[in-house]
Amino acid sequence: MSRPPSSLIRGIGAHIALAGYTAIALFPVAVIVINAFKSRAAIFSEPLMPPTAKSFSLIGFETISSRGDFLSYFVNSATVTGVSLALILLFGAMAAFALSEYRFRGNALIALYVALGIMIPIRLGTVAILQMMVNGGLVNNLLALILVYTAQGLPLSVFILTEFMRQISADLKDAGRIDGLSEYKIFFTLVLPLVRPAIATVAVFTMIPIWNDLWFPLILAPAEQTKTITLGAQVFIGQFVTDWNAVLAALTLAIVPVLILYLLFSRQLVRGLTAGAVK
Amino acid sequence: MSSAKFNRPPSTRWHILVFLTPTLLIYTALMVIPLASTLKQSLYNRVDDTLTFVGFSNFSKLLFDPIWATGFWNALSNNLVFFVIHMALQNPIGIALAALLANPKLRLARFYRTAIFVPTILSFVIVGFVWKLILSPLWGVAPSMLKAIGLGWLFAPWLGREDSALIALSLISVWQFVGMPMILIYAALLSIPDEVLEAAECDGIVGWSQFFKIKLPLILPTIGIASILTFVGNFNAFDLVYVSQGAQAGPNYSTDLLGTFLYRTFFGFQLQLGDTYMGATIASMMFLLILFGVCTYLFFVQRRLQRYQF
Repeated sequence: MSRPPSSLIRGIGAHIALAGYTAIALFPVAVIVINAFKSRAAIFSEPLMPPTAKSFSLIGFETISSRGDFLSYFVNSATVTGVSLALILLFGAMAAFALSEYRFRGNALIALYVALGIMIPIRLGTVAILQMMVNGGLVNNLLALILVYTAQGLPLSVFILTEFMRQISADLKDAGRIDGLSEYKIFFTLVLPLVRPAIATVAVFTMIPIWNDLWFPLILAPAEQTKTITLGAQVFIGQFVTDWNAVLAALTLAIVPVLILYLLFSRQLVRGLTAGAVK
Repeated sequence: MSSAKFNRPPSTRWHILVFLTPTLLIYTALMVIPLASTLKQSLYNRVDDTLTFVGFSNFSKLLFDPIWATGFWNALSNNLVFFVIHMALQNPIGIALAALLANPKLRLARFYRTAIFVPTILSFVIVGFVWKLILSPLWGVAPSMLKAIGLGWLFAPWLGREDSALIALSLISVWQFVGMPMILIYAALLSIPDEVLEAAECDGIVGWSQFFKIKLPLILPTIGIASILTFVGNFNAFDLVYVSQGAQAGPNYSTDLLGTFLYRTFFGFQLQLGDTYMGATIASMMFLLILFGVCTYLFFVQRRLQRYQF
């Protein structure tokens, strides 16, 4: 390997810049997680050191398990995110198939109508959404959150999946039709498996904001038994502000599941982007 | 329905309706109708305990009546500062990181990419509290780190001071969301055809000048999309302020954004009662601002960018 020195220097420079920024990105998270496993005295005396045998302590997690109901918050978050995601992907793919496959009057208009929702935040309709949920008796019901998040996620899902489905060859679908497959069969058995990468991209992009949302849980489902983990952590930390062990442990519990999910899906993120959806 | 039946063969086309109905139903019922009814409510108010159509008087109250206008203009100008700081830092940093990452010879690119995106996936609740703790003078992580590099005198409780809280919050938000423009621009850089770059190299355009003369013009549309996403996100931001500064957006409303202003107005806080109609007016105002921004972008900016796309 004989590289010209200037490109070698440039390579080192790039690594320094990227490693520096990586440190900035990860440092705050690392400080929180490290200190969550330390005793109160150690948190204050040497906040930047990892826990040692002497300073190791799980007192924060003990406080949480006795005072907060994080398991139930977690189940609520998982239910809301999971069901919304499934609906967004299924309904979004169905609509995308209709818009990309068939020519009918109003096709472009419907596509535009749905695409508008990508730019307009659903939050601005909160006043009316809350009234609607009150009238429908859905306040403090996870179904309210699921419906709102499904509506919020559908526009982007339809948009991205339509772009992808346009690229599927017509021959394949026509072959299916000649074999006597119904349009539903064609959609479920031929088209859906082919757009799997796009579905994964949509999943990553819609899942994160749903899991992290504070606004709608706060407004539509603030009761103890319907709290999501984001709201639960917020309320818990607000109450235990001075108990640093508990606060750090609660933050760690909120960070870790998202981090694991992200590491599992991070590859999909860029692959989906570069495959032609949001160029 | 009957006219449609005459135009198309009825036996084969029902499935279109089946495919489209769930999306259209949910989207219309939970997004379009609430938004429309919020817009409508902004034209009504209670006068002597009866609901009355008041035209644009809610809006003029919001813009000119000192009781509302002070809060509104404060939130709007804070929101503009918030947005300007994002545009000034988030996009350039995102472009720079993406340009470094897109070098095909770079090792560890995947690690850097994954790590730098981590803050973007965290919720505002986590980000708000994490930074609140780190910047807290009580804990002392930030001051002791500054001291270690000889800048200890620089430290101040930034989030607690009226003159610096908004800037500190904007920087935290930039820290959180830099991954978004980075990943979009990174993907755009990767999708530039090799032939284009090879042609540039043949003409002797390499390194920095290749980036500024060839790549940057080609990724301008993506930078535009990243900017408009930032704009929409900024003008409907709420969570970060609510979590780190509370619904009052302290100190002394210096970090109040339109989102927190809407929340306080609609739900009320402490002694002030919630006001549905003024809340709807603020939401409508935000809607108009976002619509105006998006349309400006679509009609004036994106149109001129189109010709660069391949």
